Amino acid sequence: MNNTRRTVIKTTSALGTLVALGLVTQQQAMAAVDRAAFDVKSIADAIKAIGGTAANSDQVSVVSPDIAENGAVVPVGATSNIPNTTEIYLLVEKNPTPLAAGFIVPAGTEASVQTRLKMGQSTNVVAVVKADGKLFSATKETKVTLGGCGG
Amino acid sequence: MKTRLVISAVLMAAATTGAQAQDAAAAGIAKFREMLADGNPAELFEMKGEELWKQKRGPKNASLEQCDLGLGPGVVQGAFVQLPRYFADTKRVQDLETRLVTCMETLQGFNAEEIARTPFLKGEKETLAALATWIGGLSKDMRFAVPQKHEAEKTMYEVGKRLFFARGGSHDFSCASCHGADNTRIRLQDLPNLTKNPGDGVGFAAWPAYRISNSQMWTMQHRLNDCYRQQRFPEPKWGSDATIALSVYMGVNANGAASIVPALKR
Amino acid sequence: MADPMRIRANNKDGVTEVRVLMSHPMESGVRKDASGALVPAKYITDLDATHNGKTVLKAMFSGAVSQNPFLSFKFKGGAKGEKVAVKWVDNKGESRTDEATIA
Repeated sequence: MNNTRRTVIKTTSALGTLVALGLVTQQQAMAAVDRAAFDVKSIADAIKAIGGTAANSDQVSVVSPDIAENGAVVPVGATSNIPNTTEIYLLVEKNPTPLAAGFIVPAGTEASVQTRLKMGQSTNVVAVVKADGKLFSATKETKVTLGGCGG
Repeated sequence: MKTRLVISAVLMAAATTGAQAQDAAAAGIAKFREMLADGNPAELFEMKGEELWKQKRGPKNASLEQCDLGLGPGVVQGAFVQLPRYFADTKRVQDLETRLVTCMETLQGFNAEEIARTPFLKGEKETLAALATWIGGLSKDMRFAVPQKHEAEKTMYEVGKRLFFARGGSHDFSCASCHGADNTRIRLQDLPNLTKNPGDGVGFAAWPAYRISNSQMWTMQHRLNDCYRQQRFPEPKWGSDATIALSVYMGVNANGAASIVPALKR
Repeated sequence: MADPMRIRANNKDGVTEVRVLMSHPMESGVRKDASGALVPAKYITDLDATHNGKTVLKAMFSGAVSQNPFLSFKFKGGAKGEKVAVKWVDNKGESRTDEATIA
C-alpha cells in the first residue's frame, strides 16, 4: 500500500489530485526540484533537472544590475507575469553549479522574488519559472568588475 | 567643406562614446549600490550592538548604559557625529572605539590592553564593531560637528594633518598619495579628497561600513589599519594617538557633511 | 545558537511586502582559507515563510547565495498587527525561526 502511494506521489501531475483528495498535505506537495539539481554543472542540465526545456518569454524578467562592483553580493531577482506561476529558479550560467536558488510560490504570493547571489565572473543570469507545469525563461547579462582597493 | 564636417562629426562621436562609456560604468555602479541599499547586512550588526550595549557583561557584570560618549552618560543619539573629542576623565582626545573600550574597562571590568591586542573580527573587537555600528546608526543623516574647542582637540587636528601628508614606508606613500586630490580613482573606485570636505556620506562619513567583498563590518580603526597596510607601512598600534589624530583631521574636515553610517561598501 | 534575523513586513493596499536579512556565513564548501584548506560547507538549504500558519513562500538555497542572505517577496493579504514567521534550516541541521509584526 505504502509503495504504491510513493510511486504515485513521484508523478508530478498526480500530486494535485492527491492534495485535492487530502491524501497529501499542501506542505508535502510543495516539493520543487530535487536537491541534486543544485549539484549539476551545466546550465542546460540544471534546467533539464528543473523540468525539461524552457521557452524564452518576455513575460519573465531578470532583475539584476548591469555591473556589479563585486561578485560576492549581487542583487538578483525574477518577476513573472505568467498566470499560475508556481516556481521560480535563479541560475548563474558561469558558476560551477549554475542553479543558485529555487522558490515555491503558493497561490496568493506574487511571482516576484529578490535575493543576493555570488558570481565569480561576468555571466548570464537566467530566471526559469514554472507555470501550469511548463517552463519559461529570461536571461540578462551582469558584468562583474574588480572595483578597487577598499572603500 | 562637407567632408570636414563629416570628419569632425565622427571625431566628436568618438570622443563622446569614450566619455559615455565611462559614464555608463559609473551609472551602472551607482545602480548596483542603489539595489543593495535596502537591506544592508550592517543592520544585523546594529541589532547585535544594541543588545551588547544593554547586556550585563564582563567581570563587573554591568551594562554599558552609563557610558559617556561625550554628551553625558547613556546619551547615544547624536554622539557619533561629535567624535573624536576631548574627555576630562581620561584627559585625552578619544575616538568612538577607544572611548567604548574606556567604558568597557571602567563599567564592565574588561582589560583595555587585551582588547587593544585582540585582532580585528575576533573576540571583543567584534563587540566593538557591533557597538560602533549601532551607535553610528543612531546619528544617521545627522551632520558632523567634531569639536575643536579644547586645546588638545586643536593639537590633534594639526598632528593628524601632518600625519596625513607624511610619506614613508617602502613605497613612499602617504594618505595624501590617494586621498589628496580631486577626481582620482583606483580602477573603478572613486577616491575622495580627504584634505577637505568630500561631501555627504563620503570618507569619514561612511565608516563603520559593511564590506560586501568580504562580508565584514569595518570600523574607522579597521579602515585606517588597512589603509596603512595598503601604503606598505608598519601596522599602527590600535587606538594610538596617531590613529585618533587622523580621525580628528578627517572628521573636522567633514564637519557639516551628513553621516550615512552604517554604510555599504564594495 | 544563530543570531536573529531582521524581518520587516509592511502592508500596503492589501499586499504585504516581506524583507528578510539572515545572519549566516553561507560557506559554499569550495572556498579555501589562508592555509589552503577547504572551509567546510555551511549554508542555509531551506527556508519557510508563513503568515498565520499558512506558507507564503518556500525557498531552496545553495552555497551560491551570498553571506548574510537577503530575501524579499510580496503576498496578498496580511493585516497590520498580524505575524509573519520565517524559518531557515542549514546543511548542518542548524535552524532559526524569527517572526515580525506586519506594520
